[in-house]
Amino acid sequence: MLRRYSRLLGVQLRASSLLAMQYRGDFLLEGVISLFWTFTAMVPLLVVYGERQAIAGWSFGEALLVVGWFTLLQGVLEGAITPSLNGVVEHIRKGTLDFVLLKPADAQFLVSTTRFEPWRSTNVLTGVAIFVYSFHLLGRGPSIPGLLASVVLLGTSTLLLYSMWILTVSAAFFVVKVDNLTYFFQSIFDAARWPSSVFKGPLAFVFTFLIPLALMTTFPAEAMLGRLPLRALVAAVVGSIVFAFISRRVWLRSIGHYTSAGG
Amino acid sequence: MSLRNTVRAFPSLLRVGFSEALAYRAELLVWVLSTTMPFIMMALWTAVARDEPIGPYNAEGFVGYFLATFVVRQLTGAWAAWQINYEVRQGTLAMRLLRPISPLWAYAAENLGAVPMRVMVAVPVAIFSVLVVGEQAVPREWWGWPLLLVTLLGGWLITFLANVCIGTMALFMESSNHVMDVWLVLFFILSGYMFPVSLGPPWLSALVDWLPFRYQIGLPVEVMTGRHELPETLLLLARQWIWVLVLGTLAVTLWRRGLRRFAAYGG
Repeated sequence: MLRRYSRLLGVQLRASSLLAMQYRGDFLLEGVISLFWTFTAMVPLLVVYGERQAIAGWSFGEALLVVGWFTLLQGVLEGAITPSLNGVVEHIRKGTLDFVLLKPADAQFLVSTTRFEPWRSTNVLTGVAIFVYSFHLLGRGPSIPGLLASVVLLGTSTLLLYSMWILTVSAAFFVVKVDNLTYFFQSIFDAARWPSSVFKGPLAFVFTFLIPLALMTTFPAEAMLGRLPLRALVAAVVGSIVFAFISRRVWLRSIGHYTSAGG
Repeated sequence: MSLRNTVRAFPSLLRVGFSEALAYRAELLVWVLSTTMPFIMMALWTAVARDEPIGPYNAEGFVGYFLATFVVRQLTGAWAAWQINYEVRQGTLAMRLLRPISPLWAYAAENLGAVPMRVMVAVPVAIFSVLVVGEQAVPREWWGWPLLLVTLLGGWLITFLANVCIGTMALFMESSNHVMDVWLVLFFILSGYMFPVSLGPPWLSALVDWLPFRYQIGLPVEVMTGRHELPETLLLLARQWIWVLVLGTLAVTLWRRGLRRFAAYGG
């Protein structure tokens, strides 16, 4: 079972890379655009820190770590998650999801692995470059156990992002004309650019429990700084597994609502 | 394509646009939900200004500013760039060209048709803003109200015409969506959508004065929250309408040139 799925994943990855090789020009252009985006998106951060030394207990260098994590995860999101799941929305609208459902493998697995855009890894590299720069600003290195914890958190964050996308896509079974779901998702994810302690009151609750953005970028940044309590690490792991489980249940329920073409 | 025909057909086109917006209300709701950035920025800036005000803005000022930003964004929205880009690539633009009215008017009517639905979202937010921050949320002088309407119209026109310019570029290149991405990035940063433009470093504010972006969001918001005296408002208004003229000329020129290149394969 596991071997079959890993072989399937290999096939899908190879197909995506071949496809990506065809559009090298696009790669260059998109790489430049995403670099441009990453740096212009820092303007608000610079404006905020032009006014204050620290915000909600985060200095500029520390907040930059959060931006680094945001950029890295954006690379993961746009490289491995969004391309495939965008296709699902199109499948549902056109009724061609039938062809996926007919195949003798799990539908969620198939739709999640149809398309990868390896070129998006530029964002991952930019994220790492931002880490290096922020530790240079802070004048020290990351703590080693913290670094290990942040690698674990990279896994949980990816799982969380993926689960959130599955939940968003599940909505497409109910409201059909949803080509703007990507924009919706990105606009919510954008809030993860800021350290979560900035948000107070209801927003803090929303971004920790309902849409766990705090877990995705602020926790790993805190881990790198060596100030994430072990309890929070455990909570992040458990929380993301629970979240993934819920999204799986929702997906299975939603797919039951699929009415095929002409439905 | 006489002007008289256009004027006669426009109200019907607006009605069609409105019905479409009504039919796809779920989609519209998703759009509204994806423009929640002002609330995030509001949380951020009020946190920053909690202890002491930043420039002319205290915490309450930021609440008023960003609620107004949300309202203005709702009312000045346009999406013609994606529409034109899609229709050029699919060849369905041919259908529009057959009608005895310029497609540009049809796009304008479709985009404007969504405004009544958007007003229904924007007005409660504006009322909420008045309840929370008091008179800071709306113009305090009588001239603020008519000028707010004029700046909103100007803001919409800039957004729409820029959309047309970029959408029309699809006639010259394979897809103009990348151009739109770049435009949007600049728009988000430089329009006053994420921070009041007056808070940036001086060189940035000077730059922003000459670019179209702040006249899309920043100017209507500043007029709504009564940030400027009358002479200053009129100066900024003049600049806004210069941009409307520039983009309008550019849009029409690009459209005429581009159409000659249009070929709808099997469309």
